[in-house]
Amino acid sequence: MVLPLVYAINNAFKPLDEIFLFPPTLFVRNPTLNNFSDLLNLLGESWVPFSRYIFNTVFITLTGVIGHVIFASAAAFPLAKHRFPGKKSLFQVVVLSLMFTPAVTAIPNYMVMSWLGLIDTYWAVIVPAFSYSLGLYLMKQFMEQMPDALLEAAKIDGASEYRIFWTIVMPNVKPAWLTLVILQFQILWGSDGNGFIYSEQLKSLHFAANQIIYGGIARAGAAAAVALILMSVPITLFVFSQSKIIETMASSGMKD
Amino acid sequence: MSNWWSLKVSEIKKSKHSYVLLAPYMILFAVFTVLPVIMSMVLSFTYFNMLEFPKFIGWHNYSRLFLEDDIFLIAIKNTILFAVITGPVSYIACFVFAWIINELSPRLRAFMTLVFYAPSISGNVFFIWLMIFSGDRYGIMNGLLLKLGILMEPIQWLKEEQYILAIIIIVQLWLSLGTGFLAFIAGLQTVDRTLYEAGAVDGIRNRWQELWYITLPSMRPQLMFGAVIQITTSLAVSDVSIALAGFPSVNYAAETIVTHLIDYGTTRFEMGFASSIATVLFIIMLSTNLIVQKLLRKVGE
Repeated sequence: MVLPLVYAINNAFKPLDEIFLFPPTLFVRNPTLNNFSDLLNLLGESWVPFSRYIFNTVFITLTGVIGHVIFASAAAFPLAKHRFPGKKSLFQVVVLSLMFTPAVTAIPNYMVMSWLGLIDTYWAVIVPAFSYSLGLYLMKQFMEQMPDALLEAAKIDGASEYRIFWTIVMPNVKPAWLTLVILQFQILWGSDGNGFIYSEQLKSLHFAANQIIYGGIARAGAAAAVALILMSVPITLFVFSQSKIIETMASSGMKD
Repeated sequence: MSNWWSLKVSEIKKSKHSYVLLAPYMILFAVFTVLPVIMSMVLSFTYFNMLEFPKFIGWHNYSRLFLEDDIFLIAIKNTILFAVITGPVSYIACFVFAWIINELSPRLRAFMTLVFYAPSISGNVFFIWLMIFSGDRYGIMNGLLLKLGILMEPIQWLKEEQYILAIIIIVQLWLSLGTGFLAFIAGLQTVDRTLYEAGAVDGIRNRWQELWYITLPSMRPQLMFGAVIQITTSLAVSDVSIALAGFPSVNYAAETIVTHLIDYGTTRFEMGFASSIATVLFIIMLSTNLIVQKLLRKVGE
């Protein structure tokens, strides 16, 4: 399981003659930071300033993650704790949508995006991310475990449903938030624009990295370096949020 | 009847706040998920090239898909092959690894969870397999086999039909310990400890009986959730195929339903035909999931 990752990490520190050594080695012998300085040089030459790619990805990821957490939590609260007509069937549809991938809807999605005038904007990636269904599902399952007494007490004190949601529910479901954050982060951080973004200055870090990765032999060192940088971000995030995520997953089960 | 309606209407009015909270999410969900599924089904009965208005042609796309399109049959065959192997294997692997990890001390457990989960969150790091299975002698696989004297000359792993499928399956399995795996780890931690003691009194003799009669039924909800995740991913193989085998792959050896869909949708702009592929994929994914859900309800009964 780990060997390919170890290989990926080691490659990033190998001098070029060691990457192309026969027989190939797993571990680096003379570690060097040359690949990273090569990468910096490459980035300096890129047509669009590289900081722009970083900004694009960070902007898309942050906006998408924050919006998703708020929208999905707001919808999860009534689904978990209220009684109203249509509740069951609405949730059923969300569960059904876990059972197919976005590939199924790629073509009509493009048409919807162009009707809405979102093609070639950040929003083409961000807005659909708000309604990612796994997030709503996990949040709703987690909220169901909250004791009703907590909500009843607030209601007796005269708090509105919105106030209850914001001041009582949200602070109590922090583990679930973090889970939504990391799942959504992973998707948006690795997004290449889903075919909706054409302008070079709007393209993502992932897209720019792929240009380097598939750039051939001369770029092998820089490719290993950029891959290491890209993967270290979600992994670090996971290290810090692991226990909260496991806590959320404990309530992830499907109860018919 | 009118009575029932007025009751419903008053109920709906009373739940105003619930609908307001739901609305932002549900509107987006309807626009970007529900509407596209319906549109895809409608478009699959038309000829549509993005320029002219769609023209209704009945079942023609489907008859073309199943009777005339040889490559689609390869794609179906490959997709089913991937799903039948990676689906169950990854599902069982998720559970077995979670089960083993569960016995460890918390610190070690956290570390092992990270190790197993890392590939699936590292984004496009699977490109590293391009280097492992590189066609020259600097690739790890060729280098190793050449050094051991098993091979006399390097193999073009990703360009020869008989190896491509196996390699994609390996990489897909490597990536497959994802959300389902985390759900199983969490599920195992929530199993009520006292059930094991009660089980011992009731005559459960070994770990296997404990697993079948206590652990699995206790975490049935997580098992069902994990199944949905693993089935859906195993039927949607495309990124790995495109990254490793190229697009299109040599002699379509690594064509899957999704890459076929991408081919017609984004290269040939035959949107009606591509929609019929999407609809077939949708039906396969949904029905497989629903059948497996039925089966899993029986675990431990």
